[in-house]
Amino acid sequence: MVELALPTNSRPTVGKTWPRPANSKDIREFRVYRWDPDDTANPRIDTYYVDMEDCGPMVLDALLWIKNKVDPTLTFRRSCREGICGSCAMNIDGTNTLACTKDMASINGAIKIYPLPHMPVVKDLVPDLTRFYAQHASIEPWLQTDTPKPEAEWLQSPDDRLKLDGLYECILCACCSTSCPSYWWNGDRYLGPAALLQAYRWLIDSRDEATGKRLDNLEDPFRLYRCHTIMNCAKACPKGLNPAKAISEIKNMMITRQI
Amino acid sequence: MAEVNTRPANPESRRPLSPHLGIYRPMLTMMMSITHRITGVALYLGTLLLAWWLLSAATGAKAFATADWFMASPVGRLILFGFTWSLFHHLLGGLRHFIWDLGRGMEHPEREYLAQATAVGGVVLTVLVWVAAYMVR
Repeated sequence: MVELALPTNSRPTVGKTWPRPANSKDIREFRVYRWDPDDTANPRIDTYYVDMEDCGPMVLDALLWIKNKVDPTLTFRRSCREGICGSCAMNIDGTNTLACTKDMASINGAIKIYPLPHMPVVKDLVPDLTRFYAQHASIEPWLQTDTPKPEAEWLQSPDDRLKLDGLYECILCACCSTSCPSYWWNGDRYLGPAALLQAYRWLIDSRDEATGKRLDNLEDPFRLYRCHTIMNCAKACPKGLNPAKAISEIKNMMITRQI
Repeated sequence: MAEVNTRPANPESRRPLSPHLGIYRPMLTMMMSITHRITGVALYLGTLLLAWWLLSAATGAKAFATADWFMASPVGRLILFGFTWSLFHHLLGGLRHFIWDLGRGMEHPEREYLAQATAVGGVVLTVLVWVAAYMVR
């Protein structure tokens, strides 16, 4: 259901302001969401100052700078630092994106960083993605066939392979699903843009033979049809994919199979 | 006095919910979706107003005079203006959704153009109707 206000235990308070780096001409302000599970206090927004002369260009560089030089307790996920693992997905400057590919020069003023929206927080910028992964599993993201296995690989024409472009590149960072107001309000029953994009990736794979079963699984007022083409997903995707369009294609498949 | 921890010990059950609507940058298509909902609700109320006007006309001269007085008052005019805008905004929003349901116009920048057309078109059509109404009066 729509819930405009946060639960009382989730409302952020004003946090600590950490010292400015000395002897720097280029300093940027960061306001970062903090929550410590070992503490009984509400989440808080800490203010940090980063020496830009000593720091790389991306938001992840600044987070690592803070962790290394100011506050080692600041917690976030990161791995590849080049936009392919999806670990450092977070809300930066009001939109969901990857910290490692978000250029700080593209942001005006203080840089505000929150965890992915409307998710249970494990610590600081780390959300609990258990349900997100379970939803991905529920669409059975693997090849399903009835015909006997060929001696070599399953063949696919170049044209059929082309249909998977714009779908297979998904890195499951959860930027899209957690940008979606429908997913915020009905995330327990609506599968969300990421899982549905993957559902479509298998629905249109020429090698897959479970299309009917896959559509049956999605034929539900909530799982698929909570998408109201709000388009936040397509705008948030750091890989430039379009989950909204994939969902629209699934809806059209639902109709065409009845004709 | 020592601070007492009244929260349950299980860390999973006391995890806070991360901020959402309050911190998300307002996206044009998201705002259009929200106003589509709001104008949809407004149309219900506007239809009640229309029903009152028609019922009063069917009831008699005195009842109609009351309804007409309200509609002609500044507040009534403002409500009618809002009703007109809701109607056009919701109508154009419906057409936008119709195009999107066909799987078209969902890429950047077409989706932005469609959202902008809804926002501007709703206001333009409303003003046109009111100008026309005052001219024929």
